[in-house]
This record gives sequence, C-alpha cells and structure tokens, in this order.
Amino acid sequence: MLLLLAFQHGMGSRLEVGAEELGRFCARISALLEAEDWGPDTLDALRRLFLIVAATKYSRRLDPACVAQLQTALCSPRCPERLQLLCAAVLREMAPSDSLSLSCDHAQSARQLGLVASVLLAQGDPQQVRTMGQRVMKVLESRQPEGPSLTHLLPVMSKVASLAPDALPEEQTKALSKRLGDWLRYASVQQGAAHASGGFFSAPRARQPGPVTEVDGTVATDFFTVLSTGQRFTEDQRLNVQAFSMLRAWLLQGGPAYPSATDADDRSELEGSTVSVLSAASTTSHLLPPAEWLREKALEYCQRLLEQSGRRALRKADSDLQKACLVEAVLVLDLLCRQDPAFLYRVLPCLRALRTRLCGDPACARALLPVARFFLRHGEAAAVDADAVYQHLFTRIPSEHFHSPMLAFEFVQFCRDPLLLLGSNLDLLKTSFPNLFKFLAWSSPALTSEFVALLPVLVDAGTAVEMLHLLLDLPSLTAALDLQLRSSQAASERPLWDVSVRAPGCLEALRDPQAQGLFQQLLRAKASGTTERLTPLHQLLQPLASCARVVQCAQAVPTLLRAFFAAVTQFADGALASRLALLLLERSDALFQVEGYEADVHRVLSSQFPALCKLHPQLVVEQAKELLEFVGSLGGPSGTGYMLTSVVWAIGEYLSVSWDRRCTAEQISRFFEALEALLFEVTQSRPSAALPKCPLQVITVLMTTLTKLASRSQDLIPRVSLLLSKMRTLAQSPAVGPVHSEDDLGAVRTRATELLNLLKMPSVAQFVLTPSVEVSQPRYHRDSNTALPLALDMVSRLLEREASLLPG
Amino acid sequence: MVHAFLIHTLRATKAEEGFCRVLYSCFFGAENSPNDPQPRSAERDRLLRKEQILAVARQVESMYQLQQQACGRHAVDLQPQSSDDPVALHEAPCGAFRLAPGDPFQEPRTVVWLGVLSIGFALVLDTEENLLLVENTLRLLARLLLDHLRLLVPGANLLLRADCIEGILTRFLPHGQLLFLNDQFVQGLEKEFSAAWSH
Repeated sequence: MLLLLAFQHGMGSRLEVGAEELGRFCARISALLEAEDWGPDTLDALRRLFLIVAATKYSRRLDPACVAQLQTALCSPRCPERLQLLCAAVLREMAPSDSLSLSCDHAQSARQLGLVASVLLAQGDPQQVRTMGQRVMKVLESRQPEGPSLTHLLPVMSKVASLAPDALPEEQTKALSKRLGDWLRYASVQQGAAHASGGFFSAPRARQPGPVTEVDGTVATDFFTVLSTGQRFTEDQRLNVQAFSMLRAWLLQGGPAYPSATDADDRSELEGSTVSVLSAASTTSHLLPPAEWLREKALEYCQRLLEQSGRRALRKADSDLQKACLVEAVLVLDLLCRQDPAFLYRVLPCLRALRTRLCGDPACARALLPVARFFLRHGEAAAVDADAVYQHLFTRIPSEHFHSPMLAFEFVQFCRDPLLLLGSNLDLLKTSFPNLFKFLAWSSPALTSEFVALLPVLVDAGTAVEMLHLLLDLPSLTAALDLQLRSSQAASERPLWDVSVRAPGCLEALRDPQAQGLFQQLLRAKASGTTERLTPLHQLLQPLASCARVVQCAQAVPTLLRAFFAAVTQFADGALASRLALLLLERSDALFQVEGYEADVHRVLSSQFPALCKLHPQLVVEQAKELLEFVGSLGGPSGTGYMLTSVVWAIGEYLSVSWDRRCTAEQISRFFEALEALLFEVTQSRPSAALPKCPLQVITVLMTTLTKLASRSQDLIPRVSLLLSKMRTLAQSPAVGPVHSEDDLGAVRTRATELLNLLKMPSVAQFVLTPSVEVSQPRYHRDSNTALPLALDMVSRLLEREASLLPG
Repeated sequence: MVHAFLIHTLRATKAEEGFCRVLYSCFFGAENSPNDPQPRSAERDRLLRKEQILAVARQVESMYQLQQQACGRHAVDLQPQSSDDPVALHEAPCGAFRLAPGDPFQEPRTVVWLGVLSIGFALVLDTEENLLLVENTLRLLARLLLDHLRLLVPGANLLLRADCIEGILTRFLPHGQLLFLNDQFVQGLEKEFSAAWSH
C-alpha cells in the first residue's frame, strides 16, 4: 500500500516532463557524459532519464546528440559499470527505434559486447543479430585460457542460437560444442583461491583452498557440477554452471546436427544395430567429433546429477536446486536419447532407479512428470516401467497434491501432450478424470481454459454420463476437498483450506458411515461406472458453499459444460443422447446451492436440451413418461423457468409422427392435458414468496406448444381455441396488472391472437406448426417468405382485412 | 527461453483504488523471429511490446487476487512488514498460466508469477521450460530485489534505482538465461554485487 502511494507520487512528479524540458535534460546529460563526469550527478541524471523513457508506452524523442553520447559511454573503457548498465538500459528501453545506431564493432571488451548485445537483441534487426552472433562467436573462440569475459558472452550465444540458429557458421558451432563439453566435464575440483585480505595486522597468508563439496557437506566424489559447492568458485567452474544452464537449448537449436537426429523411423533400426552400441560405448576416445563429444559429456554430467540429487542437502535452497537439476537432467537425457537412440541402453538403468526413488517420495511429485514423459517417448524399450509410473501418476498424485498450483499446472500440461493420446495410456487418462477434476475444482481460474482444451480428449461414450454428473457436482467437489483438508491437515501446518469460513458440524456429520461412503464416492480416483446420487452430501457441505473457492468453481462450470456438450454431441448415439437428456431433467433441481449457480447452470442446460433432442428427436417419444412427470411435478416453475421452457418447446417440436412413427394420438392427448393443466396453474395462481412470478416465456411457449399439439390432433382444436381466448381475456383484465408489465401482457395477447387466427385454418396451421424435415435446411430460413413469424403475421393480417385478397 | 521479466503493482482486491502499473520490464530479444520478413514500424513495435507487458501484468494481478480470495486471505490479514523481518518468500503466493497464441503474444507462452505483498514479479517464457528452475529463479530475484532495493521501506522508490535492478539481472538472469545456482554460488555473486554497488 505504502509503495503504491510512493509510486503514484513518484509517477506524478516525473511524468509531466514536456518536450522542451526533456530537451534541456538531454543536453545536460550530453554535457556530463562528454566531460566524462562519472560522479553521482550523472548517475542520478541517467536514472531519471531511464524512468522518463521507460514509464510511457509511447516513444519519447531524445536528442540525437544525447543518444550518441549514451552509445559512446557504453563503449568507453573508462565509464564505470553502473553507468554503462544504465546507458544500455536506456537504449534498450528505447528499442525498437530508428534512432539507434549501435554496432557491435564499437565494443571494446567482452562485458561491453554483452551490453551492446542486449540492446541489439531488443532492437530486433535480423541482420544485426546475425552479425552480432558472429562477432561474439569470434571472441569466444579466440580466447585461450578462460577469462571472465567468456561468462558474459555465453548467454548471448545461447540467446542468438535460439533466435537465429542459422546465423552461426557450422565450424565455429562445432568448436564451441567441443569446448562446452570440456567445461562440463573437466572443471576444476578445487575451490577458488581466496584473495589475501591484507588487514593492518595480519600477514597475507597463502590459504590453500580445499576441494569442492557436495550439497550434503561431504567432499566431492567426482567431477564438478552445479551441485558442487565451495567458498569461492573459479572461472572454469562458473563456465561449468553456464554451460549446463544453456545445454538443453544448445542441443536443441543451435547445437550439433546429428545426421539422423530428426529421423524417427531410423530409431528402431538403430536400437537393434550393434554397430552404434559399440561406438557409443567408446567413451575414452577424444577422437569423437564435437557433436558426439558434447553428447557424451552431457550424458556423464546428467548421470552424475542424478546421483547427486539423491543426497540430503544441508540448505533448503540447495534442496530446491536438486529438484530443478533432477528435472533438467531427465529432460536432457530425453533429448539425448531422441538425438542418438544408442544412448537408450545406458540411460534406462538410471531412469528405472530414479522412478523407484521418486514414486516413494511425496516431495518429488513434480519431478515425476518429466520421467513419465521420458517413458512415453521411449516407451517400447521400457514398456513395463511405463505402466507403473502412469498408475502412480494418475491415481496417487492428484489426490495428494491437488492443492499445489504449480504441480496442477504442470500436470495438466502433461495431460495435453499429444504422445499421451497414443496407445493404452489414453484409457488410463480417460478413466482417471475424477482425479484430474480435483485440480480443476481447486484452481478453477487458472485451469479452466486448459480443461476446455482437454475435455474433448477425456470425453468418452462409456464415461460421458458419469462425467456430466461430476461436472455438475464440481462445486461440491471443491467443498469436499476443502473439508478433507480440514480433517487431515496437522494443526502445525499452514492451513490450505479457506480460513475465513468456519464449518461447524461438517466434520462431525462426516462421521456418519453413509455420509462417509458418499464422501469417498465423490473423492474417488477413477471412473466407477455407477452414478450414486450425492444429494445428501449437498446438505452436509452447505456451510462451505460460501467459500470463495467454491464460488469461483461454480462460475467456471457453465464454460466447462458447454465444452463438454460440444465434445459429446460429436459422437453421441441415440441411446446416449437419451440418457444425457434425462440426466439434465433429473439434475436440474438437484444442484449444490451456491449463489447464482443454479441459474447459470439452467441457462446452459436449457440450451443443450434442445440440442440433444435435435440429435435424437425420437427421445421425446421414448422418454414420454419421464417428460410428463417433469412437466407435471413442477406445479409452477421455480426460479428462472429455463428448463421448463426448453422442455415444453421440445415437446412441441418433436412430439409428432413426422419425427417418430410411434407417436400416438393418445400420447398427444396426454401431453396436451398435462400442459393445459400447467398453463392454468401458472396463470391462475397468485405469485407469493414461495412461488415467484411466472416468466413470460413459459406462458407463451405453453400456448404455442398446445396449439402445435392441437394442429396434429385436430379434435383438440376447440379446446385450445377456448384456452387461447381465455388467455387473451385474462391478459386484458386489470386483475393481472401489477404482476406482469404492459409489454408482457401485450405480447401474450398478440401471441394468443395469432394462434387463434392460425387455428381457423387447420391445414395452414399444420403446415406452419408442424413443418416437415426440410425445416432443418438453412435455405428454409434464409428464404424469408417461409419463416414462421412472418407466416403467422401474414395470416393474421390476411384474416383481419375485409378486402377480398383471401384466395378462394 | 525467457522472453521477459516484469515487476508490477498488485492490488489485494479488485475493489482497491488504482490501476495495475508496470514498474519495470525487460525484454530479452525481440518477439518476432529475426526471419520475419514483414516490415514493421519501430514505434509501433515498441508500443505493442509495452501493451503486451501490461496485459500480462493485469492477468497476473487477476490470478493473484483470485488465488488470495480462494484462500480466504484478505488485505486486512497481511501483516505489516517492517524492513527487518525477512519476508517469507517460500509462502508467497505463486502460480503459472498459459497464454494462448495471439493473446497477447504471437506464439503461445507460459507466465510464472510470484506475489509479495503489493508487488508482483513475473517471467514470460516458452511453453517447454523447466518450471522448477523458473520458480527458484523468480524467488531468488524477488528476494534480491526486495533486499537490495529495500522495497518495503516506505519512501523507497524503486523506479529511480534501475541500475540496481539491472545489476542484479545481469548477474542472476543474464540475457534471460536461467542459471542453476547453488546457495554458495548465489552468496558469492551477491557479495560481488554488493561490493560493486556500495561505492
């Protein structure tokens, strides 16, 4: 808060620098730089200049003279580091800009070259980047003993190799690869020498630096790596760190080109060939070409890292580094095996051992993912191992680590790996969706878009019904996970559950065995095939419904439902469409009560129900009994009425012989009676606190549907005509005034009139209200002469006019 | 590859006054690959970059607010920090999310973020990075910046100390290169930095 205020104050006083004032400021800086005044005034001025340039997204015009001075100072041998950094920063902030004329020729030291490079990279001119890359490469290869210069330039090299791989000549790339291999493997194992501090009383003592140590304090057992520590580090050790840091990118992009590196088909051949096994086994030969040399050294380095990462680090930061190194080592080994399949034989044993170690260690869950990916790629050679890893990954990890945002993100990214879609792993992925949804339920804002992309992969005809139930129950899953944490976390640990919501009695209520059973069912790890109703749990979890996390999840569900239906309608057959439609009806009033949730879900489901009917129109006739029950049991629509509207509309649309030959007149009659009763009920009853006002759409859709049914079973016409006249009268009477608005009543009157008019010509009514299948052709609707509202309107006007335009 | 690093303001809840502002940002290399043949105006490119960074900052702030809300932590709960208390960075909220191609960068990117009281730190990366290393690096940078810039002391104005930020980035994230630094190594580099910046 304080910082924000300070910031705003700071911003205010600095942003109002007009062009003229800026010009004066630039002139002052030019003068200071030209005079080679490296004192605090210049420092202060350059800091302000940086702020002026950086603070606005629009470019600020600086005097060309000033820019020239900045460029000169950057490459001056006498300018101190701090000021040079600021000059580079200002120039970089200006970039991309046409007024920069920096070139790497002006740099006089490796450090300056590095600074110039940062500006040129920001400028983004491809030609300049290329030239700079070549210049840096020249500097790198010209130095014999390692000086501090190389550490400035290696990162530049790595960046250029990623951005413009073809910028670097092959000879020099190979030479650098060879040196990288040397730095990785042959760095000194002695600690760096201390500089003699030379105090007033102490004689400078030549202190013998000891050997480097491992992270657990023991003396280093083998060559130096990033996990070797000491009081001070030598230059070649720094290069070792940098070389490993850039290794994967170098191997991937600008690195050595193995003749058959990209040829995946050759892989199986090579794996069986004895010749490559022999050549890969010859580690002693320095006659290896640079590319293979680097790979060989990289392999040894990674194997050493795997061993080192098992040690017990003394410092927390080192323990974090061990995990990061573990991941990186596995990633590099994966890359090496892709580039040279012969490595596989040597790598598999360590990875098997690693897999065993990681599966037993809950703190290393994140490190398991690259291991799983490794087995995914090189699976043929290690089929048995792969299954064990995946089982552990999909059944244990989500249940135990759903609350870790970084793991959740990485896990979901892993699930989106295209390689996972091949083979038997896909089934395991699909049946593990209850576990995967735990990540989603817990961190919905971050993961919703990821799951929207993942759902088409997960949705399967066998599990679709269960998945829809779980999606609708997602907010209750969030609440259940929160409750689980409350009951299982030790008191000393930092609470992961929502501390602002108390849940008195929830834990107690959970002791009931039946509740416990349902609870475990909700928290299952795999698709169980049964769909037991979890409604009793909703009441138990109700106190947690106000948790922010639950509310966030509830807000994400509509998006997920849409993605689900988009996926499932691609392949659903009639039976599945039927089951899903019933599910919608059943669950529409059995949802976890979170604020706004029911309304949002109803809105989505009410648009999906017609879509399902369209997929399988016969379901209206097949499920006639359930639909009748749904319509009859409502006794007045509760809340929004979305579901009722959509069901009634579907009945009107699809309950006809043209869609399903099994439709009988008796069925039409039964539905007619039920809908008629419903219409009476919603219009006659007074709205009260318990029964909210009936939405207009419900009334109009009921009227239209009744008319449609009558047009199909024409002995119902007198009844419906009577009904419509009554509706029209009702809409005019003053008694309903305060309940509905004048517009609403007008709409009811108009619709009633239109329908009545239509019914006066039964054959026209049939044509209009029970259109043939061609109605699904776009042409039917684009041709404005055939659209229904226009037809209704025209008929009404025709009837009302006394002129003799009536045909016949 | 790390594409950008940014420091920005964080409001604890949406209701708080003010806007999300980018305090410092650094691009490591241009977004278009150098092979891009289309001619682009330099000024427009710069404007685009600034806006992309602001878009990232806003999204980080939004994720931070949602995460804090979900944990039940409100602005009132945050203890006022004195400059002597070490900020518990290991418990600072952090997260990651993916940016779809075109929104706002051309290529898909991953963003890893860390929120410390009213300041957010974020790294914009390629999609296939070692996220454990990224997280470690981000925490390290945050710790160094908080310590050396004394960001939590009232009146400290980080905007005017760009040289300090640059000095730290040059050593710990040179040209966007993520480094595997063990604790002793970090201490050594930090001593060097302090020595160079003290006079």
